[in-house]
Amino acid sequence: MVDAPHPPVPMPTKRSRPFNPPDGYAPLREQERITRMTYPDGTPGWLILRHAEAKELLTHKSFSARQEGLVSPVPTELQYDGRPADPGAFAKTDDPSHSQYRKLVTGFFTVRRTRQLAPMIERIVHEQLDDLEKAGPGADLVDVFTESVPSRVMCEMIGIPESERKTLQRHVETLGRLSCSVPEALGAVSGMNGFLARFIPIRMDDPRDDLLGDLIRGGQLDEQELMGMAATLINGAFDTTGNMLAMGVFTLLEHPDQLAKLREDQELMGAAVEELLRFLTISHLGASRWALEDVEFAGQSIKKGEVLTVALPAVNRDPERYDNPDQLDIGRTDHGHLALGHGVHQCLGQHLARTILRVGYEALFDRFPTLRLAVPSDEVPMRDDFVHYGPRSLPVTWDD
Amino acid sequence: MRITADREVCCSAGQCALIAPDLFDQSDEDGSVVLLDAQPDTGRLDVLREVVSRCPTGAIRVEEDPGV
Repeated sequence: MVDAPHPPVPMPTKRSRPFNPPDGYAPLREQERITRMTYPDGTPGWLILRHAEAKELLTHKSFSARQEGLVSPVPTELQYDGRPADPGAFAKTDDPSHSQYRKLVTGFFTVRRTRQLAPMIERIVHEQLDDLEKAGPGADLVDVFTESVPSRVMCEMIGIPESERKTLQRHVETLGRLSCSVPEALGAVSGMNGFLARFIPIRMDDPRDDLLGDLIRGGQLDEQELMGMAATLINGAFDTTGNMLAMGVFTLLEHPDQLAKLREDQELMGAAVEELLRFLTISHLGASRWALEDVEFAGQSIKKGEVLTVALPAVNRDPERYDNPDQLDIGRTDHGHLALGHGVHQCLGQHLARTILRVGYEALFDRFPTLRLAVPSDEVPMRDDFVHYGPRSLPVTWDD
Repeated sequence: MRITADREVCCSAGQCALIAPDLFDQSDEDGSVVLLDAQPDTGRLDVLREVVSRCPTGAIRVEEDPGV
């Protein structure tokens, strides 16, 4: 630790390369175990850039994930305003309420169950790849493939009609854009809630053989809670895996030695997916918690109410934890990344995401062996200003 | 070597079933940990250490020398 602590900093966000975390993280990580930070609204807090401290924070009982104490680590008009999470929206609550809700659906997201979904995912992946073929060289992979696959899979699982998918996707995207204005956000929220308020009662009268039907038949949730659960699943699934799928393709195309290794030995796919999750960590605004009490943490006195943000891309490049952390190495066997969080809030849909990524990468590179970018890589527009990082569009080409 | 898995502490993240599917599964009801083999070969110690390190709630414990 240095003798004189530096003044509080804002969360660094500027990236010099699309595949690296913001440049400001590494020098801060070397200085102190945790970094004094000022949130854009003036709330004092802390930035966690080291792997060990991140794991400790995300399992520490003195820190809460409840929405009412959270603030955004980057400037945005969309603030929580001290409101608690909607009923059923378990991601921003603590146990026991969090686990009571979450346990009602965890059976759908186990390693085994999500692997059993591979045939359904393969069908959707190949249908979207048919569209890519029809669109021809120069097509936008985000538009035709990466954005559609996870949202179609999730709609089939929950039981949401395909006809509603693109509209819901637009609402999710609006709410994930940091430059979104309050009126735009209200429009997206009322669009999403309006749909669920019409749709949930219809399904309550006629439950189908899907995740929503299972929740309804379980009889433990009222209409409001079912809406909150459905919105949480939609928000959690649509945007995340899509960006990871697109970002992984972009990264492999820009790391041809790694792609060649993967083509030679498809057994490496599982490890490659883990390494891409670590290397890219598309949840670039991280995971935040706030102190329920005054507490000593990482050698610092944290005051009750102070917010701490784990910069997940930084902790997954911590040289204390990984050899050559800034090198993409799909043969890496030491995973244990925090791209999907840690502690009780660790991503519910992580194994579904893994299956989609594995099937998606495999099928894409199989069917389009000469796939390459159709524009120079520095012309790929990036989503710096979204909750989840990834390419805004990814024009690709191939030999017919 | 003996493994214990605490289903009360488990948050159903499934890291164990992902890393060592021959030793761990998850229940169909709520995804909580199901121990398939409580006394595996000592050759699995490295894998088990990874399971313990990656379990997000510390539900899995491994006694390397249970004294039996």
